[in-house]
Amino acid sequence: MRHLMSPLDFTVEELEQLFDLANDIENNMDKYAHACSGKKLATCFYEPSTRTRLSFESAMLNLGGSVIGFSDAGSSSASKGESVSDTIRVISCFADICAMRHPKEGAPMVAASRSAIPVINAGDGGHQHPTQTLTDLLTIRSLKGSLGNFTIGLCGDLKFGRTVHSLINALVRYEGIRFIFISPEELKVPDYITDMLKEKHIPYEEVIRLEEIMPRLDFLYMTRVQKERFFNEEDYVRLKDFYILNKEKMKLAKNDMLILHPLPRVNEISVEVDDDPRAAYFRQVQYGVYVRMALILSLLEISV
Amino acid sequence: MLNVGKIEEGFVLDHIAAGKSLSIYHHLKLDKLDCTVAIIKNARSNKMGKKDILKVECDINTLSLDVLAFIDHNITVNVIKDGKIVDKKELTLPKEIRGVIKCRNPRCITSIEQELPHIFVLADEKKEIYRCKYCEEKCRERF
Repeated sequence: MRHLMSPLDFTVEELEQLFDLANDIENNMDKYAHACSGKKLATCFYEPSTRTRLSFESAMLNLGGSVIGFSDAGSSSASKGESVSDTIRVISCFADICAMRHPKEGAPMVAASRSAIPVINAGDGGHQHPTQTLTDLLTIRSLKGSLGNFTIGLCGDLKFGRTVHSLINALVRYEGIRFIFISPEELKVPDYITDMLKEKHIPYEEVIRLEEIMPRLDFLYMTRVQKERFFNEEDYVRLKDFYILNKEKMKLAKNDMLILHPLPRVNEISVEVDDDPRAAYFRQVQYGVYVRMALILSLLEISV
Repeated sequence: MLNVGKIEEGFVLDHIAAGKSLSIYHHLKLDKLDCTVAIIKNARSNKMGKKDILKVECDINTLSLDVLAFIDHNITVNVIKDGKIVDKKELTLPKEIRGVIKCRNPRCITSIEQELPHIFVLADEKKEIYRCKYCEEKCRERF
């Protein structure tokens, strides 16, 4: 029995198989409509995350399975002081697979160590959110045809953004990736990541302004720059527009560059960009459902 | 100068940084063992100026010294049998440290579930970096 705690739990070859399955699901939804008939997914969400929970639930329902669960700690036994280990042992009696979101880092790992059913980490604090990374990888692979030989710009809060760190760690396993980090000085990518890139001889650049590197990008991964991350109001006002993607900046980009975003978007991508064919962030959400469907099938060892 | 007699079987831990012997005594859980232990503090040392020494009279198979390398890999471990030094142990960093250091990350699951063992895993041998098994927070503690 396998669990998913980190995107690196799967080898590159295993991910290829998972993504092949996700693409097959995308093209043949009917074929998988009853694949999980009689199976139950438990969504144990100790903190609210509507998008991720609904994506998991939609994935299981698309496979013909059913869903049980809770969507905040208040409505679970955690409010009575039950440990994660005990909860998962109980849930194991009710469901066949569990997706767990928890504000405390490592909680899904503790659950997995005690569980009789596969556990998927659906986000643990600022630590890991592996299904977001799998979604990002599947989107890139599906829209570009392969996971390698491209330049990706990561823009916004690169210091605290867990999706960004996770994506970088996942992408370094592929050939020919070049990173361009676009962020204010205060929100630069942490040293341990740039040290790792240096060690692996993976090319990267760090810039402050988005415009100057737009023409070179094959992908632009946008994240939100939150006001509270800045030391002072003045810097925030000075820099915030650098990280807002609008039609003007899109004019500088290649015709086939694609924009990704883990969502929710606030104002970092102006709505006028949504109609641009290069805006791929809503397609990315759809790929999130396909990859979760593939993951559920794979962890339940169901082949169709 | 104070004289402490030799031991027949056990370990002599030499070149402990001055003042650290008591902390090592606890980390090796020597307080739980029914054996003779001599703690020598601030002994004169040509190399270190001052040093601590621990002499532990015990069956050499009963004591795990793995955690010593994490605490201080400069400690010399002399293995004593029949009153003589029969081996000098090389200290290697343990792959996993259990119940010695606590994870300080307030967002770690160990911060709310008290019964969970605190486990740190060797993440980078060259840089001697340990990370919490659960949240991967870097261990900042040194002894």
